[in-house]
Amino acid sequence: MLYAVSTVTLWIGTRKGAFALRSDQRRRSWTVSSPQFLGHTIHHIVQDPRDPKSVLMAAKTGHLGPTVYRSVDRGRHWREAATPPAFRKATDSEAPRAVERVFWLTPGHRQQPGVWYAGTSPAGLFRSDNGGEHWAPVAGFNDHPMRTQWAPGMGTPDGELLHSILVDPRDAQHLYLAISIGGVFESSNGGLDWAPLNEGVAADFLPDQNVAFGHDPHCLVLHPLEPDRLYQQNHCGIYRLDRPTRRWQRIGRNMPKRIGDVGFPIVLHPQNPDTAWVLPMDGTRVWPRTSVDGKPAVYETCNGGKSWRRRDLGLPRSRAWFTVLRQAMCTDLHTRPTVYFGTTSGEIWAGANGGQAWRQIAGRLPEIYSLTAAPH
Amino acid sequence: MNCTVNVASPLRDYTGGAATVSARGATLAEILLDLDRRFPGMRFRMIDEQQRIRRHIRIFIASREAHELAAPVAADEPVHLLCALSGG
Repeated sequence: MLYAVSTVTLWIGTRKGAFALRSDQRRRSWTVSSPQFLGHTIHHIVQDPRDPKSVLMAAKTGHLGPTVYRSVDRGRHWREAATPPAFRKATDSEAPRAVERVFWLTPGHRQQPGVWYAGTSPAGLFRSDNGGEHWAPVAGFNDHPMRTQWAPGMGTPDGELLHSILVDPRDAQHLYLAISIGGVFESSNGGLDWAPLNEGVAADFLPDQNVAFGHDPHCLVLHPLEPDRLYQQNHCGIYRLDRPTRRWQRIGRNMPKRIGDVGFPIVLHPQNPDTAWVLPMDGTRVWPRTSVDGKPAVYETCNGGKSWRRRDLGLPRSRAWFTVLRQAMCTDLHTRPTVYFGTTSGEIWAGANGGQAWRQIAGRLPEIYSLTAAPH
Repeated sequence: MNCTVNVASPLRDYTGGAATVSARGATLAEILLDLDRRFPGMRFRMIDEQQRIRRHIRIFIASREAHELAAPVAADEPVHLLCALSGG
């Protein structure tokens, strides 16, 4: 869904609560809301493009277990899911698994209103058929015979993460997901069965580079108008995949060598499958994961990764040690989209016209985990 | 039998703000099920899907810490639902 001129809402998930940042018609003036669920850890907030009144939020607190909240009035009021994502009871021969956090939310296919998917830590895939009120495990993944090898429990400081659940807009049965650490996986039958899709992707942290899985995709995206075009920002580079081929091409090789191609997020132009933005981070030595040399910059490609252009006009020129997490970068859906990112130090930056000119539009927020854009 | 349940502040969204509620049951499992009937969703925030008490939840029956849901609760014993320290 594209819109020529309208206001934008940025949903902000932070380590300490949820916020909404709303623009005027020209996206010049922004107003930040009061916190909702102050003190809760909010991993993801997603407004339903099929029903914009519906918004889902993945939450937990330091003490309490994970859950999902649902709004049917654009975030004014929230109600907890009656059955949050949870693994089935383990048998005596199985290691018991419990959802530690709900990390990712994806609306289902446009012809399946009310369907949502959730990704969790440890890696689990869950589905709701009624707008997020009740969730059930997707057994085809969670009980797959290879699951303990695909997702052995290695992961990030927040644990093993299942994220980037993608639904092919042409086919509701065609799904992708990513696991950190585990790799990219594909299903062609609605999640009944899955197969790895990692050929060509580096895994510098493994002794054998020719493994079928065990990779670390940080962020996986698919272009909605050309669903055979996928990109991923991986722990080990930036990649493009043009289906039906199965071999990823490392387009990050075309980044400046002094910048490298390590980062967390990657986002796409809503209309142009050849245009993407990444935000490189320092992946040298002990992996600071901050902006390279303290000089934050977004890099843009307009040709599918053959070349990249630095976009840092308006960003701090020095001493800015940003970290931008995988869910904390997005674009709006305007024909000339603004690119947004949120930092772990609580700042939100907007890059007009595809990142050509940046300015800070919010600050002094808690550590930002996620940022999603929606029309008002 | 009824007992008194003291509810830590992170759980009081479920009890309408009440710090103390009553619940019916002879074991911790029965008491938590009774609480969940009246305050839907409350139990899952404390007890995971494998029926384990979550890491940052501590439950005391009188002054005894409960580690299993089968723990018995006598008629005159209060139950304390506490939230342990979980970082900054």
